[in-house]
Amino acid sequence: MTPETRTEAESAGPRARRRRIYMDNHATTPCDPRVVEAMLPFFTEKFGNAASRNHEFGWEAEEAVTDARARIAQAIHAADPREIVFTSGATESDNLALKGVAEMFREKGNHIITVPTEHKAVVDTARYLESRGFEVTWLSPGSDGLVDLDELRAAVTDRTILISVMFANNEIGVIQPIREIAEIAAEKGVLFHSDAAQAVGKVPVDVQEMGIHLLSFSAHKIYGPKGIGALYIRRRQPRVRVAIQMHGGGHERGNRSGTLAVPLIVGFAKAVDLAVDDLTNGEIDRIRAMRDRLLHGITSRLPECHVNGSLEHRLPNNLNISFAYVEGESLLMGINDIAVSSGSACTSASLEPSYVLKAMGVGDDLAHTSIRFGLGRFNTEEEVDYVIERVVQTVNRLRELSPLWEMVQEGIDLSKMDWTGD
Amino acid sequence: MAYSRKVIEHYENPKNVGSMDKDDPDVGTGLVGAPECGDVMKLQLRINDDGLIEDARFKTFGCGSAIASSSLATEWVKGKTVDEALSIRNTEIVKELALPPVKIHCSVLAEDAIKAAIEDYRRKRARAKAGESGKAPDPVETSNSARGGE
Repeated sequence: MTPETRTEAESAGPRARRRRIYMDNHATTPCDPRVVEAMLPFFTEKFGNAASRNHEFGWEAEEAVTDARARIAQAIHAADPREIVFTSGATESDNLALKGVAEMFREKGNHIITVPTEHKAVVDTARYLESRGFEVTWLSPGSDGLVDLDELRAAVTDRTILISVMFANNEIGVIQPIREIAEIAAEKGVLFHSDAAQAVGKVPVDVQEMGIHLLSFSAHKIYGPKGIGALYIRRRQPRVRVAIQMHGGGHERGNRSGTLAVPLIVGFAKAVDLAVDDLTNGEIDRIRAMRDRLLHGITSRLPECHVNGSLEHRLPNNLNISFAYVEGESLLMGINDIAVSSGSACTSASLEPSYVLKAMGVGDDLAHTSIRFGLGRFNTEEEVDYVIERVVQTVNRLRELSPLWEMVQEGIDLSKMDWTGD
Repeated sequence: MAYSRKVIEHYENPKNVGSMDKDDPDVGTGLVGAPECGDVMKLQLRINDDGLIEDARFKTFGCGSAIASSSLATEWVKGKTVDEALSIRNTEIVKELALPPVKIHCSVLAEDAIKAAIEDYRRKRARAKAGESGKAPDPVETSNSARGGE
């Protein structure tokens, strides 16, 4: 086995500039320079408080926020800009949606339906509500990561107040049947919340046509700044109300107090504009083509690669593969010039592999070998080809080092082994 | 997580990677860990009649720290007597590789692998002795156990 050859830059030490490829766009994205440019005046000249009603500084800030709110509302096809409530991000939006609805509708019922593959912001908020006396039904997603609509329908009771199912998953990119879930919610008179942090700007999102009542999303997943997000709260058919979670000066029509982060809101709106353009200007097709190139480049050269989650119902920028018999963190270490994520336990503090993969029935052995690739606006085809090379090379090297790979080549059934670590 | 220089060195240039014939009477095989836990180490030792470890080989499925721990273990046991090898503690591996607390289990696994390989070797020897004294050696090599016998 030949050790990987180091590039000159690597040998020159950590301070030397070396190639870095960012392919972890589900975690976050870099700010688009056009977004930064739009934000800049609002840090300095136009620094006013949007709630200051008595002077020009306040007015110009308010005007910028009003304009941004309208553009963001339009991007998700909200009927009214007042349906957009700015928050610090999708986590806060999820908290406001779940806790806000739970508290507001406590008289009506105490039952919430969600899925264990949700983002932690929903999972942990739902668990918190369970600890406060609410009942939560956790649906079982299929091995493709999709919600079973019959199971959902059967789970609704006359005590159900909310269904919360994410638009697209952050690990496996699987897109849920949002319209069908909304239909069930409407049929049963239950509110429907969806976390669309990964979906906005990747696939069309239309809250009216799709029948969504509450929608969480944020700026930093779409080349906007960190620290700003929104919760769409429908005002008509039905009018949705949430109990206040942040008390104070009554900003955002009382839904979320706190001085508005004007520069971030302006950046958010610019990011949303650009992301929505991407859906029609060919950019998202370019990203999908790169994702498919990555998938075929890897799987045509490496045996025993398992794609996690439905390939059909999937974000165009996501790929999640388990490289059997190669532990995920060791693979990340081998391709450390490429930023991707692993579902391996070793990459988290908990020592448990990905709970999303576990909920879909992926065994812990394969979960430990999973890698998430998240393509984005600033990736190139040339980078994809480089990533394919590096991944194939490193997986092959680590399989040569893997006792499991050796045993499988010898025809040993690993599932029949009496392992010591169980 | 940042890795220590030594972990990276072992990960990039692991020492003594490979396999020996597990049916060789002079070879003890230790297989510890589980795929579900994200670490499996296979350590093999060739031990001569004087109880000296002449050679060591490993293969590891696991994170960089697990690979480094097993690579280091093979380096340390080579040339040692069985008793000396058994006295290697995981804490020494932790110290040498500067492993953070979440990676201590990797060093434990390496210590376990050394013990399992020696145990396997001793079991084989005992069986061979029993065979010499008239009893037939147990024909069933329980290679399907991760302890390398048992």
